[in-house]
Amino acid sequence: MHINKPIIRVNNLVKKFGEFVANDHLTFEVYEGEIFGFLGANGAGKTTAIRILCGLSYPTSGELEIAGFDVYTQREQIKKNIGYMSQRFSLYEDLNIRENIRFYAGIYGLPLATIRKKTEELIDELGLSPIAKTLVKDIPLGWRQKVAFSVAVFHDPRIVFLDEPTGGVDPLARRQFWEYIYRVAARGITVFVTTHYMDEAEYCQRVSIMAEGRIEALDTPENLKNTYRVSTMDEVFLKIARK
Amino acid sequence: MKAFLGFVKKEFIHIFRDFRTLIILIGLPVAQILTFGYIIRNEIQDVKIAILDESKDPVTREITNRLLASGFFQLEEYISSPDAVESIFRKGKIREVVVFEDRFAEKLEREGVSHMQILADASDPNSAKMIVTYTQGIVSTYLSELKRHSKMPMIIEPRVRMMYNPDLKSAFMFVPGTMAMILMLVSAMMTSISIAREKETGTMEAILVSPLRPIQIIAGKVTPYILLSCINAIVILLMGYFVFKLPIQGSILLLFAETILFISLALALGIMISTVSKNQQVAMFISAFALMLPTILLSGFIFPIENMPRILQWLCYIIPPKYYIITIRSIMLKGTGLAEIWPETVMMLSMLVVFISVSAARFKVRLQ
Repeated sequence: MHINKPIIRVNNLVKKFGEFVANDHLTFEVYEGEIFGFLGANGAGKTTAIRILCGLSYPTSGELEIAGFDVYTQREQIKKNIGYMSQRFSLYEDLNIRENIRFYAGIYGLPLATIRKKTEELIDELGLSPIAKTLVKDIPLGWRQKVAFSVAVFHDPRIVFLDEPTGGVDPLARRQFWEYIYRVAARGITVFVTTHYMDEAEYCQRVSIMAEGRIEALDTPENLKNTYRVSTMDEVFLKIARK
Repeated sequence: MKAFLGFVKKEFIHIFRDFRTLIILIGLPVAQILTFGYIIRNEIQDVKIAILDESKDPVTREITNRLLASGFFQLEEYISSPDAVESIFRKGKIREVVVFEDRFAEKLEREGVSHMQILADASDPNSAKMIVTYTQGIVSTYLSELKRHSKMPMIIEPRVRMMYNPDLKSAFMFVPGTMAMILMLVSAMMTSISIAREKETGTMEAILVSPLRPIQIIAGKVTPYILLSCINAIVILLMGYFVFKLPIQGSILLLFAETILFISLALALGIMISTVSKNQQVAMFISAFALMLPTILLSGFIFPIENMPRILQWLCYIIPPKYYIITIRSIMLKGTGLAEIWPETVMMLSMLVVFISVSAARFKVRLQ
């Protein structure tokens, strides 16, 4: 792992919707290969920021560089180098698992033979062979989440953005999902994950905590707990939120 | 290109998996064509007519005056030879030509009988019937007034000829209308709903994050519907031909070209609708009210445009199906060529350009 080699650089990112400031001068860096937690309460501005980083929305002002490319001028290159999984998992319910995987692999322009081979490998790896032909609407949420994540990293992006990937799943499935995140990170993919579950923050190498559009803290979970002299991330979060 | 084909394939899967919708899409035109009954029209006004007066005597002048004073008819032009009849009908503006024979008044006075001919454009059969009846009514009223002042028996014999659709089959009217309606439904409504669905389920975001360009996304979305619409158009035309003996006088190639133009127009409308609707319900609602109702009510398909209040008539000018219906009706029934229907074609083309630019602009705005 190349510690301290930034793959995302954000400098004074501002996003306004009319008078409302959703992102208020965010400045941070994410290092290559790390699992970066982007924390905050609902409505703190996490999703707005992640959408800007993915190119789904334009910033009002600020400098942003993703995987070495400029957000304003090099969108196409950025798109090839990132994966994205939204809160809604973004699978087609009327397509089966295999078709979903193949479709998303297809829009990233992978060669057909590669798609076929990798799809089957993935289905085996996830243990999905028996239900590979089941329509997505008929499989449990936990499975969908795994498939959606696998799809987001299928084209081996340099960074994957996960927007509240564990929303609505049970604790066991969340735990398994994080194991899966570690496996993906081990492939050298930088993971940028938003969540409002503070126990998940402990799994991240570094976390930033947002409140009211601003980043209030950014460090390793260990250092944050020491700084605020508490024993869990939950307490760190409450202290920041009450400030 | 490979990515694009994958996208198109996915769209087809959506369509074929939703089997009920597919049945509706294919079955609807068949059911509509078969069940559409005769369409009632009640009034006419300001119908454009031409007059061929070979006599130019006081009687023919008086009949002409009365026709024009009735409020039902408007004189578009005097023609001087029977050869001109065919060509002015093809232009589509004039709906009736009244022909007075040579020495009309003289024959009426001396022989008691004179002849006139009423030619009507029956590609719109209900209006044609009405127009002819009104014309005959005005002539016979005038004749009975004449008789009061004269003891001689007098007869004016109008010979009616229905052009293009001598049997006054209303199928000739509703096949083009149904075609416009179905194509609008399949192309605009289904496209807008399918794009709105992707927004609703969040898959649109996933696609937008990918390297696919917006133009590829849109093209991928509409390709299956272009094919479906073409199949529908062919089904309708075949049914018109075999079930209702509807002729296709003009060029089939031109007919298809105009149909594809209209399909593109409808698709562009569908895309435009999807850019303003958040979910499938809204897309369906806008399609139904902004597209289907005007197509049925304001395109001249069921209700004649010339009978509408002025304001509604202006509204009719911005209804794309109106132009399409005029175009294909002329091609099918009159064998009209591009030379006569270019204004409608240009109108549709410019609408297409407008809709596409608006959608493209909206698509970008949405990203911000």
